[in-house]
Amino acid sequence: MNRLSPNTKIMKFKTFIKLSALAVVLCSSIVGCRKGLERTTPLQGRGVGAVSTPDIGGPILPGKTGDDTIKPVNNDTAKVDETVKPTPFPTPPAGDPNKVVPLNGALSTWGAAADQPFKSDTVYFDYDKATLKQGEVSKVERVAGGIKGLAGKALRIEGHCDERGTEEYNRSLGERRAMAVRESLMRAGVDPSLIDTISYGEDRPADPGHNEAAWSKNRRGEFIVIEPPGASTSK
Amino acid sequence: MKFKLSRLTARGGRPSSPGPAGATIVISILVALSPAPGLAQQEIIISKDFDPNGWPKPIPVSISGFSGEVDNVLKTDLLFMGIVNVSPESAKYLISGSNAGRVEGRVVERINKNQLLGKAYTGGSARSQTHALADDIAVALTHKPGIAQTKIAFKGETGRGNGEIYIADYDGHNGQAVTHDQTIVSAPCWSGHSTLYYASYKLGAPRIFSHHLTTGARKMITPFPGSNISPAVSPDGSRVAMILSKGGSPDLYVSDRDGGNLRQLTSTKEAESSPCWSPDGQSICYVSRERGPPSLFVISASGGGPRRILTNGAPNPTEPDWSPDGKWIAFTSLMGGFQTCIVKAQGGDAIVIAPGEDPSWAPNSRALIFSRGPDHSKKLSLLDVPTKQVKDIARILESNSQSQPSWAK
Repeated sequence: MNRLSPNTKIMKFKTFIKLSALAVVLCSSIVGCRKGLERTTPLQGRGVGAVSTPDIGGPILPGKTGDDTIKPVNNDTAKVDETVKPTPFPTPPAGDPNKVVPLNGALSTWGAAADQPFKSDTVYFDYDKATLKQGEVSKVERVAGGIKGLAGKALRIEGHCDERGTEEYNRSLGERRAMAVRESLMRAGVDPSLIDTISYGEDRPADPGHNEAAWSKNRRGEFIVIEPPGASTSK
Repeated sequence: MKFKLSRLTARGGRPSSPGPAGATIVISILVALSPAPGLAQQEIIISKDFDPNGWPKPIPVSISGFSGEVDNVLKTDLLFMGIVNVSPESAKYLISGSNAGRVEGRVVERINKNQLLGKAYTGGSARSQTHALADDIAVALTHKPGIAQTKIAFKGETGRGNGEIYIADYDGHNGQAVTHDQTIVSAPCWSGHSTLYYASYKLGAPRIFSHHLTTGARKMITPFPGSNISPAVSPDGSRVAMILSKGGSPDLYVSDRDGGNLRQLTSTKEAESSPCWSPDGQSICYVSRERGPPSLFVISASGGGPRRILTNGAPNPTEPDWSPDGKWIAFTSLMGGFQTCIVKAQGGDAIVIAPGEDPSWAPNSRALIFSRGPDHSKKLSLLDVPTKQVKDIARILESNSQSQPSWAK
């Protein structure tokens, strides 16, 4: 309150000064206004077809004059350069199941198999957590046992989130969840070079609702059996 | 009542006498708290032109002579550059003009009638002429480049979580899709004004692409297994920060613009996410769950130990964006709902600005664009940070949810 009072005084003082100045200027302002109009600086148009742009204006897209000269983005001609090849998979370190193990790039091209026996083994996570709940471990162990009987196949773990985080945060959290499941599979004896991961963040909810009932179904890790390209068609 | 001016200091210049932007007059006044002599006196510093957080206070102008769309566009443009329309008697500057045929505008100091600007604009649309006028006014009054002719990129959902990357004028007009991938796309980021980086699931898993807008050519820069997400291009365009999980956990990496020279900056078992660059290109701010709930960290772009950035009062910070002037980091706090917040770049007490998420700074370090609304029906809005004024931008008609805006710097 001590500060408020002097401030108010100053404001009044400043207002007084301003008003005094205003009074002085006001007399000449009517004349000045007309005068101002008469001595308008020559307008700086730049000729037909060009918007006059400032020398230090905001950045503009390629093209000489900004807004209207953006070339159409022709996505039909967009080329995806895939010349960069995945790095070879390093030998998984033996022993320590808690060690972070690199992903096997060779699995990236593998697609979902026709048969998906682990649909009912989806594991669920607590809000904003990426650790596997104790109650979910039995599902992982069942999957670990099952995948060992599927020769030539591998697993892709899909990590998902509910909608309550921001998008990129959830994309990372979903990947971390998938990796927690992968590590649990490793502890159950599955070769890590046979486990791929993908995160869909919050983009593929199992339940589109906006309540805890839906969210609890969406914080999940799904087990997808994958196989090399062409494996299904050769059946 | 006695007022004693102990010191009157004028630093820098005023718009009428060209000087550095942000010039101010600091008046230090000794105020007698009581008529009785000998009592304590208090020194009060009044910063006339800056608010307590250091932003220039809105410059009062009176706008007349324009009509319809031009009038609306001009007032909106100026609002997000710190120039606000008031009544003529409260205005410091008078902005007059017309839009009969072509947009013309003139800026005059109200008191002394000194003319600061007089221009006419031809070609393009009335809207683009108005943006050009607004930027000229901003330069004349704030000595800073305007933002009215800048571009944004964003993600537009097209159904079931799929989306495309779009670009548009900063106010949402003239939007167009730059991808037609019909899959999940995310996190567009500008490199200069003609290239976008973003992640797309077009090849199955999320990969980072660079996409040249004028040629349409795009290149996958990260072919790694797992997540290749959240690209952030350094201010000079030479490097890209990103999140990769190829090593077995989502970690922060940095590479050259083409993906070469890849270097891992973090190696936590927990998830890192959403990096952004300091304007000098020396540091990267990112989010880590290393200590449980998400926190902001800053790490040298050349490696080293991370330093935590405190966001007191704004828990669970994610999606940071460093202001181009280096002073602030904008971010999203999750406290019940999403809140767009800012904190000084060194960390400290956060300021909650408005409900919404994923802010991106304008080149003028004053305005933000962010998204708000429930999932799958988000809209993009502009925010004048010092005054907390918010305005929705035009929507993309084929998309019912727009998010992840990135403002071209």
